[in-house]
Amino acid sequence: MSLMTEITIFVLAAFVGFEVISKVPTTLHTPLMSQTNAIHGIVMLGGLIVVGNANDALEYVIGTIAIAFGTINVVGGFMVTDRMLGMFSRKPKPKPKAEGDGKGGS
Amino acid sequence: MIPAAVFESGGDAATALYIVAFSLFILGVRRGTHPTTAKQGNLIAAVGMAVAVVTTLLLDGIGNWGLIALGLGIGAAVGVTASIRVQMTEMPQMVALYNGVGGGAVALIAWSEIRHGISLGEEIPLDELIPVLFAAVVGSVSFWGSNIAFAKLQDLIPTRPLAVPGQQVINALLLVGIVAACVDIAVDNGDPSQAIFIAILLAAGLLGNLVVLPIGGADMPVVISLLNAFTGLSAAAAGFALDNVALIVAGTLVGSSGTILTMEMATAMNRSVGNVLFAGFGGAPASGGGATEERPHTSIGAQDAAIKLAYADSVVIVPGYGLAVAQAQHAVKEVADELEKRGVTVSYAIHPVAGRMPGHMNVLLAEADVPYEQLREMEEINPEMPRTDVAVVIGANDVTNPAAKNDPDSPIAGMPIIEVDQAQQVIVIKRSLSPGFAGIDNDLFYEPNTSMLFADAKQAAADIAGEIQNL
Repeated sequence: MSLMTEITIFVLAAFVGFEVISKVPTTLHTPLMSQTNAIHGIVMLGGLIVVGNANDALEYVIGTIAIAFGTINVVGGFMVTDRMLGMFSRKPKPKPKAEGDGKGGS
Repeated sequence: MIPAAVFESGGDAATALYIVAFSLFILGVRRGTHPTTAKQGNLIAAVGMAVAVVTTLLLDGIGNWGLIALGLGIGAAVGVTASIRVQMTEMPQMVALYNGVGGGAVALIAWSEIRHGISLGEEIPLDELIPVLFAAVVGSVSFWGSNIAFAKLQDLIPTRPLAVPGQQVINALLLVGIVAACVDIAVDNGDPSQAIFIAILLAAGLLGNLVVLPIGGADMPVVISLLNAFTGLSAAAAGFALDNVALIVAGTLVGSSGTILTMEMATAMNRSVGNVLFAGFGGAPASGGGATEERPHTSIGAQDAAIKLAYADSVVIVPGYGLAVAQAQHAVKEVADELEKRGVTVSYAIHPVAGRMPGHMNVLLAEADVPYEQLREMEEINPEMPRTDVAVVIGANDVTNPAAKNDPDSPIAGMPIIEVDQAQQVIVIKRSLSPGFAGIDNDLFYEPNTSMLFADAKQAAADIAGEIQNL
């Protein structure tokens, strides 16, 4: 991939990130932070790639730790987010007076 | 041997699957912004991750399966165990830790890449070298900074701001040194020095420590969110170095959405991100801080508290981190039930940053089956405070400190608070008069209409519930 293609992708992805987070209710700040945190655990792919190129003992060690770290980030991140959100979904749904809220009625 | 190498690295098939993966990330984050779809969004993103990982495992050039299995095994075991064991109160530091290891992984990958480049003995192209250096610096800052944030939240090191004189100058010098060393490596890209590279990793680590240490515990969620965005950017940089489109998109997505999220969190606390980073709570000589001379306060027991509450018409409960630590939510619900039996109106005032993460109190009270309608937001409840008979502050401190409104010199000046000082009477359940997260004294405790009940939140709530039954 050419550098310019990569930069194009980078800039577009940055705008997507800005747009995707519109107005977030305060209660969702932490779960959302935790979810995006899990997503950057994608660096574990980097670990998988470098361990294949490794050519001495130190590089094996570095690569393996990188995979382990990245996996902790991914697995732990998504699970913790799920636990946090699970606590929210347990709250009783019925909100009698909220009927019109969604449509902006009074 | 596992038959791998199904996809050509950078080939159409692999790229197509990566596109599927990052589309799922974007969809997942999008859904994560609405309460009803958030859980599903998290799941969607996790599926995206699975697609990305499996695709990568099937690329050509992937080898050393034993080590891969070892890394995946250790990582999964640690991640699963930690996530199951962690208490709801410890979620923020858990996120900090996960963020830290992510940053650490980026720094290690960068190190491995540069070793690899050196071992080839050829000139490392700058469009690979520069992202590697960026990833190394930011990854290392994020790793160490997150660890400090974790240690602070876990009370392994003091939560109050720790500052060294001339801190900003030291940080600036470190940063200049790091940039200079990076330039040196980039200029000498035919034969870059690994020693200098390791020095860069260490200096960046030190910088991460020094930047986070002076920040008070109350600001930690904002700091963690910022470091989260940084780790995202460093992952994107690693993607540039490795020519991996999934890393570039996912990392950038986290970088930019994390930045917006950080700003929203800071806004919820009426602070700017710059303010959080460079003027930690207590950074300025605070009038109310330092000298905690003996000031007169009223102390009461559970029975008096029960009487005040039982004969009130309206009671507002203001929960804080102390409630979370003591796991007092069920006991508090019991008090509320007893009061409601006697016809007292009970509601809960939730400060947006009560506890150590936004939404912390909602989660805990939901666990104790507190009806959702009784949870009132700060803006909603404050106008009702003057008509409230008794406000009960349970384990909350800084979010009720009237100094935020009254004292323009206070370090927390301007932070929105729950105006319990406006209520007819205030009962503060707290273990001692010690200051909260911001490390400053709370004038509320010395108001004439404030009664202090010194006890563990759970014990105190259980005692009060018992006393109300006896009335």
